[in-house]
Amino acid sequence: MMEIGLTHYLVLATILFAIGLVGVMRRKNLLMLFMASEILLNAVNVAFAAIGHYYGDLTGQMFAFFVIAIAASEVAVGLGLLIVWYKRTGTIDLDTMTSMRG
Amino acid sequence: MEAIAFYLFAFLTIVMFTYTVMSNQALYALSSMAAGMIMISAFFFMLNADFLGVVQIIVYTGAVMALYAFGMMFFDTTREVKENNSPKIVVLTLSALAAVLVVAIVSMPLMAEHITAAFPEPAGVVNPKAVGIVLFTKYLVPFEVAAVMLLVAMIAGIVLAGKKMDRSLTQMKDEEIAMMKQQDAERKVTL
Repeated sequence: MMEIGLTHYLVLATILFAIGLVGVMRRKNLLMLFMASEILLNAVNVAFAAIGHYYGDLTGQMFAFFVIAIAASEVAVGLGLLIVWYKRTGTIDLDTMTSMRG
Repeated sequence: MEAIAFYLFAFLTIVMFTYTVMSNQALYALSSMAAGMIMISAFFFMLNADFLGVVQIIVYTGAVMALYAFGMMFFDTTREVKENNSPKIVVLTLSALAAVLVVAIVSMPLMAEHITAAFPEPAGVVNPKAVGIVLFTKYLVPFEVAAVMLLVAMIAGIVLAGKKMDRSLTQMKDEEIAMMKQQDAERKVTL
């Protein structure tokens, strides 16, 4: 059996990132769009941890921690804004957010 | 052994996240994403990042998923969600291009062999202790800034989602709720 190296983890992270990108481009429901963005952040976390491990450096793990913290606050603020939008318009469809067109 | 674990968890993660992205039911998408997050933590344990794996389970499958579950209950997304699939060729082309770009970005520094660790792992301590040592010395300021950011996010969430919380819908009579809804509708018309 082949040894698992850094490249394996990076390819996996890239595949997960591509899945998240497909979700971001595909989703029209804003809640599901948020979920796709979480997948993007997780893919990057895997890459950070893998690079940190294979170079004997803890910086990768540190950055992954801060990414997790940012993801948590992003969800809190994003869902709050989404609730306000839902109360005002009754829908969380992305296509209805066209009030800023010139 | 490590290879078996890696391929198993890689397969499971990819399947779960693909289902999250492709499913039309919000509940299935949420459940499969929670499963995928736990599978991701397995990679952290394999990479000797024990503390990161524990944080992944607690924060993502504990806190973030609970937030999404509350959001799902609030927005009534149990019905089927329609998605825009129209420009399929555009989506596929952009995804392929982005994937190739990410591979290029990631593989570029690996071609340079002279990378050395800026903060090498302290020898002779377990991973959570090493993380603590580095976090509270080299990364103390970003750590504090992150704490302030989380506080700001918490206050922002309360302020944004807590509108009209002075009125308790569970203790109001049906007529009062109907009257409130009517007033809201009138206000919406005048706006």
